[in-house]
Amino acid sequence: MIFAGLLFTIGAIGVIVRRDLVFMLISVELMLSAAGLAIAVGGSKWSQPDGQVFLIMIFVAAATGVAVGISLLLAVYQDRKNVDADELSLMREREPIE
Amino acid sequence: MNGVFYISAAIGLVSALLAITGTNPMHALVNLVVVFLAISSVLWTIGAPFAAALQILIYAGAIAVLFVFAVMMLNLGEETIRREREWLSGSVWILPIAIAIVLAVQFVAAFTRQAGMANLVGPKAVGISMFATYVIAVELASLLLVAGLIGAFHFAEVLRRKETEDD
Repeated sequence: MIFAGLLFTIGAIGVIVRRDLVFMLISVELMLSAAGLAIAVGGSKWSQPDGQVFLIMIFVAAATGVAVGISLLLAVYQDRKNVDADELSLMREREPIE
Repeated sequence: MNGVFYISAAIGLVSALLAITGTNPMHALVNLVVVFLAISSVLWTIGAPFAAALQILIYAGAIAVLFVFAVMMLNLGEETIRREREWLSGSVWILPIAIAIVLAVQFVAAFTRQAGMANLVGPKAVGISMFATYVIAVELASLLLVAGLIGAFHFAEVLRRKETEDD
């Protein structure tokens, strides 16, 4: 459980600190798998299969998230030619650079 | 078996730190795969062999490959190739190789001895529980997958339209 907590913390720090979208996605994956590990450990503590069932659900959620996230990443890259998250937070059309 | 747990937990933490502190996306990805392998062996030691196998298949297999393709499509260019050449002759290989060897040795030990799984819950129990108690959750998961598929397709479609407009 402590391992899962530490892993989740590292992932959270990664999301906050990094600006590169690739690294943010990687950190989100870390957090998801840490949460899954915590659930599986809980299931194993009481010898119930429920934990593993929900771990599989987390796998599905993670796979979907990565698919959508990566296609977004590619779309952003096509648009901006970089994957900087700070630049995305402008939320409006960028002025054309002359 | 406790030893295996602690060693793989330590490996997982070290690789996770390396993954989020590195500057090269590819190195971060390799470290991420090591984290997933470590998590998988932790799952094995706590008595969830089915989840451990799925962890390797889905995370280390599918998701990591997806990331690799994305990074390759980002097309980092000439500079990356030059840097890569510099790295090839370095001491950067030592730590990853050492970590991977430790993980491999304990994998082999764990799989051959078959011992020490604390509260073993086999794949059969998981399957029965999943398709009897949690059928609705399975249906919802399939719905989520369809939503993800449509979302990814939509973004790809936007990309394609943009490209044809440029031409």
